Amino acid sequence: MTGTRPFAVIGRGVLDFFASLGRFGGFLAATFSALSDIRTWGPLLITQMRRLGVDSLPIALFLSIFTGIVLALQASYTFTGAIPLYFVGTLVGKTMILELGPVLTGLALSGRVGANIAAQLGTMRVSEQIDALETLAYNPFSYLVVPRVLAGLVMFPIIVIFANALGIASGWITAINMLDMSTQEFIRGLRLFYVPFDITYSLIKTTSFGFVITIVGSFQGFTTEGGAEGVGVATTRAVVVSSMLILVLDAFWAVVLL
Amino acid sequence: MSIELVDVHKSFGTKHILRGFSLSVPEGDTTALVGFSGAGKSVTLKHIVGLLEPDSGTVRVDDKDVPSLTREELYELRLQFGYVFQFAALFDSMTIAENLAMGLEKQGGHSADDIRIRVAESLELVELDGFEDRLPSELSGGQRKRAGLARAIAFRPKYLLYDEPTSGLDPVTTTVIDRLILKMKKELGVTSLVITHDMKSAYQVSDRIAMLYEGRVLEEGTPDEIRDSQNKIVRGFVEGKPELVDAGTEGGEKKI
Repeated sequence: MTGTRPFAVIGRGVLDFFASLGRFGGFLAATFSALSDIRTWGPLLITQMRRLGVDSLPIALFLSIFTGIVLALQASYTFTGAIPLYFVGTLVGKTMILELGPVLTGLALSGRVGANIAAQLGTMRVSEQIDALETLAYNPFSYLVVPRVLAGLVMFPIIVIFANALGIASGWITAINMLDMSTQEFIRGLRLFYVPFDITYSLIKTTSFGFVITIVGSFQGFTTEGGAEGVGVATTRAVVVSSMLILVLDAFWAVVLL
Repeated sequence: MSIELVDVHKSFGTKHILRGFSLSVPEGDTTALVGFSGAGKSVTLKHIVGLLEPDSGTVRVDDKDVPSLTREELYELRLQFGYVFQFAALFDSMTIAENLAMGLEKQGGHSADDIRIRVAESLELVELDGFEDRLPSELSGGQRKRAGLARAIAFRPKYLLYDEPTSGLDPVTTTVIDRLILKMKKELGVTSLVITHDMKSAYQVSDRIAMLYEGRVLEEGTPDEIRDSQNKIVRGFVEGKPELVDAGTEGGEKKI
């Protein structure tokens, strides 16, 4: 009996995983079919763009400022005596645009936005507010999920554009003030290996992160069970799952696009 | 019959909640569905508006088979129902007026002025005049229930479904809610189904009472017939005597 227990546990885990995957598939399908209900989600989109996007700017910009400073100082530490210092500009620019801008912002927003969506929708689920929406003939996917997902898709790339720009700017200010570099040298390095595709790559990644964070947060909120504890579990899951998916997608886009 | 459930079965995992449940709610009447906590009363209500689908059996409203309706048909049907939730389920990010306007906006055909007037009228009906700009968090438990009722009647539905409208309220507020249920019937002419385990309320508001036990209706009748029932489980429930219920189960599964 005890010998079969590990297999039973693994079997149950696998079954639960596939059941959860099936529920997520159904959730995705319902979200896509709610896209046609523009009369419901249209008026709510601007509010969500402000809540999920504009209100998230401070944390994203805060992160990017310090990332830019650290990148410039670490590049200088690594390059001194071996590689010309103007490569600091190259490293700051490339790293911010290709990797740290999108990924660090994505991880921060999975905590801020993903957790917020899961907690809000989870509370609405356990307090029967989602059922109340249904009884008032509203499609909860049109009313709650679609505006949040679309706001994520539109606003996250905009946030990352600002984050990239500010990270590079803080790296530049660090370089000219602390590394004995001139602005011309920094810009020379910045332009050395720059290709316009870098920006496209950064925005493709960020858009996919925006989708993952908002859809996972919404799914966890919608499937919340129980009371306050259930909301806590859903919120934690939203952050953990979306953070993991961000890292998986990061690797995926590197393999596919680079 | 306006609302009809026939031989409905519903399970959640291994829990068989409804086991051949049948009930008819006559038009214009107020029917109370009573039963022990966890007996499946709220599950029954959710079947009527299509929030849940039966595993087997029939759920009909105005001769429409609810589980087989398309999403659009179901939403159209739901605008015939006002649903009063146990804990009001008010949208906590909206004011009371915005909560009440939701159904009217969905119904369509109302100008902003119409909506404002209808919201004020509905709040007046539940004696919450002037509460338009309050948030749900600023209301007491009884006021929240009344605001939930105002939201349910704002778009003048044909049916009202009450899920434990008096649970957790003090005796005076309970009487206020009971009177409102009677007022809704008198002034709006609605057909109502009231889920409750408060027998005093059930006697006061209903034309008929059905008792749900072990997934089906154990007994149904007028308030007087239920009060005089000889069934030990029914008597045990209405009189609040566990020993009678135990005697009635005759060694069967204990429910309390």
